[in-house]
Amino acid sequence: MHEEPLLKVRNLQKQFGDGCSRCKERQNLEKNYCPNCGTVYACHDISFDLFAGEILGIVGESGSGKSTMMQCLYFDAEVTSGAAYIDGGPGSAEQNVFELSSQQKRYIRNHQYGMVYQNPVHGLKMNFSSVGNIAEKLIAAGKRNVSEMEETSKSLLQNVHIPLFRMKEEPRNFSGGMQQRVQIAKALSNNPPILFLDEVTTGLDLSVQANVLDLIKKIQRELGISMIVVSHDLAVIRMLADRTIVMLNGSIIEEGLTDQILEDPQHAYTQQLVYSLL
Amino acid sequence: MKTKSHFAFFDEGSKKEIRRSILKAIAIPGYQVPFASREMPIARGWGTGGLQITLSIIGKNDVLKVIDQGADESVNAVSIKKLVQSTTGVELVERTQEASIIQSRHRIPEVPLTPEQILVLQVPEPEPLRRVEKSAYKTKILHSENDYSGAWLMLFEQIMKYGRTATGADHPVYVNNRYVMAPSPIPRYDNPKMHQSEALILLGAGREKKIYAIPPYTDVESLAFDDYPFAVETFTGKSCHLCGAEDVFLDELVDPATNETIYQCNDTSYCIERLNKKEEVEVETSHA
Repeated sequence: MHEEPLLKVRNLQKQFGDGCSRCKERQNLEKNYCPNCGTVYACHDISFDLFAGEILGIVGESGSGKSTMMQCLYFDAEVTSGAAYIDGGPGSAEQNVFELSSQQKRYIRNHQYGMVYQNPVHGLKMNFSSVGNIAEKLIAAGKRNVSEMEETSKSLLQNVHIPLFRMKEEPRNFSGGMQQRVQIAKALSNNPPILFLDEVTTGLDLSVQANVLDLIKKIQRELGISMIVVSHDLAVIRMLADRTIVMLNGSIIEEGLTDQILEDPQHAYTQQLVYSLL
Repeated sequence: MKTKSHFAFFDEGSKKEIRRSILKAIAIPGYQVPFASREMPIARGWGTGGLQITLSIIGKNDVLKVIDQGADESVNAVSIKKLVQSTTGVELVERTQEASIIQSRHRIPEVPLTPEQILVLQVPEPEPLRRVEKSAYKTKILHSENDYSGAWLMLFEQIMKYGRTATGADHPVYVNNRYVMAPSPIPRYDNPKMHQSEALILLGAGREKKIYAIPPYTDVESLAFDDYPFAVETFTGKSCHLCGAEDVFLDELVDPATNETIYQCNDTSYCIERLNKKEEVEVETSHA
């Protein structure tokens, strides 16, 4: 059986700096940094597919380009070159979404993407009510009916275990775990087919972590949303991801089924990563 | 040595620059055009935006009316009038119908404006998205990408908190189905007067250095949710204690003698005209 991927990424390249003659072919680099001209090759030749309903894990050490790749896909940052294709986007399936106009990119963000940032400050408006934060995404997706939006927000907040009597409170009054859950509720509000999760559990205590992970797993099972989960925590990846990509110095060094990668790592770095697990 | 001052205070270069910004603003209804706001002999925040527009469009044959929250005789209106008159020598009026340029702070006159008139509004904060997004760079991008969820979100928050939209003034509007615009702090009561207005409406923000416009016969729609329709302030059962008018925007006052709440026309020239007419009728009927 042949299945078409929901999101195809091809040769995504992101560099900070213009590069020089010494690093043009990615020679003479220190990790992903050119000591001669100071150019950083944050993402190099990234290609992968995301299929409907699956969770794709991305692991790697800090500075390996995980978050930069995520920002590029979510249009928070411009790519240097490369392509991404979304099935069911505003253009045709052959349209490279990085070449769309900023309005069309915004459409994709508002209708097809959800994003949960590591730091809730980036994903939430801290001085607006929680229900308002969720409504913002619904408004952006074209909803103009207050009571409908309130209902949707309420059921979402209930799903993420935020007591409804606190729904009109601003997220800045909430604990970190609650903020993260509000952010997840917001990201889910317009039923996006693709959800990005960037280090969602980092910085949360263990019981809250378990709570949030449970929630993500449940959402994926019930709604069939495809997710890309970035984490440096292998336990999180083991629990969530079906397939995993390992990144090092801006490149993909290994990819495969999560069990395979964790039980039988091939690349020297992955072996080190897996065996350094406490 | 006494040098002869320029007509309308400004040198010709300044007027030309401001006029060019005005033309651009008219060409793109609701779009905030940046301009080089001049240092004025009144403080920023006291109507310098409106004043600069008035001074650059005024001609010798124009007739000027200046109002400050409906009143022709408040200090701010009077000093602006004096400045314009002493530098141009134009005629000043209070009757709305007689004016060709009406500069106003926070009100649109009760008498409907005509195609021969220009309304100049003073604006403290031209950016309708400022309260959700502090960065001017980002709000400009939001305007260009037609993303006004922030403006809607503010109304949504008000409904969540107070059960209705609680904009006292400056309720955001869609202009020509494209740009969301701050209509200046006019009461919601005046928002519908902007829709398909026969007169040209120019808005100037001196401190924020922005000029924008609503050309005649342009669609202006106040933002409202499907289940919370836009509503103007109502004064049912209340009337002006001087002229008895009912279908106007009323000020709520407390009678210092009786401590009772009384209502009075906010538009003073409209009120006075009604009073004068009443008197005429009285004279004609009882002393004929």
